[in-house]
Amino acid sequence: MTANKNEAETLPEDVELLLPWHAAGTLSRRDAARVEQALANDNELAARYELVREELGETIRLNETLGAPSARAMQALFAKIDAEPARKPRASFNISLWLTDFIAGFSPRTLAYGATAAALAIVLQAGILAGVFVKDGGTGFTTASFTQGTEGAYVSVRFNPQASAADMTKFLADNSATIVGGPAAGGMFKLRISNGTMSDQDLSAAAKKMSANPVVGFAVPAH
Amino acid sequence: MDLNQTPVCRDQLHESRALSATQATPDEVLIGRIANGDRLAMQVLFARHHVRVFRFVLRLVREEATAEDLISEVFLDVWRQAGKFEGRSQVSTWLLAIARFKALSVLRRKPELELDEETAGAIEDTSDTPDVTLEKKQKADIIRKCLSGLSAEHREIIDLVYYHEKSVEEVAEIVGIPEATVKTRMFYARKKLAELLKAQGIERGWP
Repeated sequence: MTANKNEAETLPEDVELLLPWHAAGTLSRRDAARVEQALANDNELAARYELVREELGETIRLNETLGAPSARAMQALFAKIDAEPARKPRASFNISLWLTDFIAGFSPRTLAYGATAAALAIVLQAGILAGVFVKDGGTGFTTASFTQGTEGAYVSVRFNPQASAADMTKFLADNSATIVGGPAAGGMFKLRISNGTMSDQDLSAAAKKMSANPVVGFAVPAH
Repeated sequence: MDLNQTPVCRDQLHESRALSATQATPDEVLIGRIANGDRLAMQVLFARHHVRVFRFVLRLVREEATAEDLISEVFLDVWRQAGKFEGRSQVSTWLLAIARFKALSVLRRKPELELDEETAGAIEDTSDTPDVTLEKKQKADIIRKCLSGLSAEHREIIDLVYYHEKSVEEVAEIVGIPEATVKTRMFYARKKLAELLKAQGIERGWP
């Protein structure tokens, strides 16, 4: 597709060019306010805005009449995926995505993508970074849990859904624990509770102690 | 459609947006899981986005079978490239950018799928005069017909802005043009639509 030759013609004011995005509700707050003010002061512009909204409505209707693809599309996709070579788990990953995933594992009642979640992310990131080292000169991060041969003592924990961010942060700090993996099935997180190895007996005792904490649903030794 | 609704109220028309507001797992998280080979995450992402991607592609290539083939290719690319997704844009924006690239590749191979502007401009009911046409059809029907008669370039930008709810910045990223060009291209797409409507007997007083 090539640019339209007519695009060299005289253009209207920027605020008029923004009308389609204003109608769609995708302008920034500042631009939206600018457009609203212009609409309030210019009847001709307001009339043109009605045309934009008319186009918007019919574009939505047109697209909604297009239907949906058949099941063939999904079958074809997964047949192709099945034919792909087996994928090894990544040795490194995007820490921000990992944190998003981590937060997503909590109950919305506890962390509703709000200020609490943001605060938790900041606190946890600080804690996690202590257990994370920069790999390949800073091009990515690798957690200790994904590094083969790293020693340490681990437990798998599921937090109580009613636990607050502050509760969980305190729990991690009190137990000198670092989250190194998860959430896995059932909302389980893997915590490193010691950089050195521990006997099975000591590890079981530590997990039992954690299970008694109201912040935790249950905890079991992990390897 | 209620033309008196505010831009914010317009969101209520979109069930998918309502879904996205309550969905359990953000798209970015699904991409992270897909990067690790999680097929279930792939299924969820596909279920969430495939209809919109299909419609975007279908409006470009105008052939359902081709559009269906393309969406499986789009999501296969997601499967393969998920590890490279950096989260700098919305996942839906990334999907549409991949879809657009693939649709344009098909259009280059099958130019007969594209309707040039001259052909688009010629779309009209020649059996009636414009006045009779207005009497026979609803204005809304004619608008939709003219929307379909736009060039691929203009259909694309109108769909991205009005239907896929993409901001100026996101359209620029998907189409690969400067933000200023996005605004002017949208303006000229609307102007072309007005010309097509005029040819159908609908004079809207603009431009």
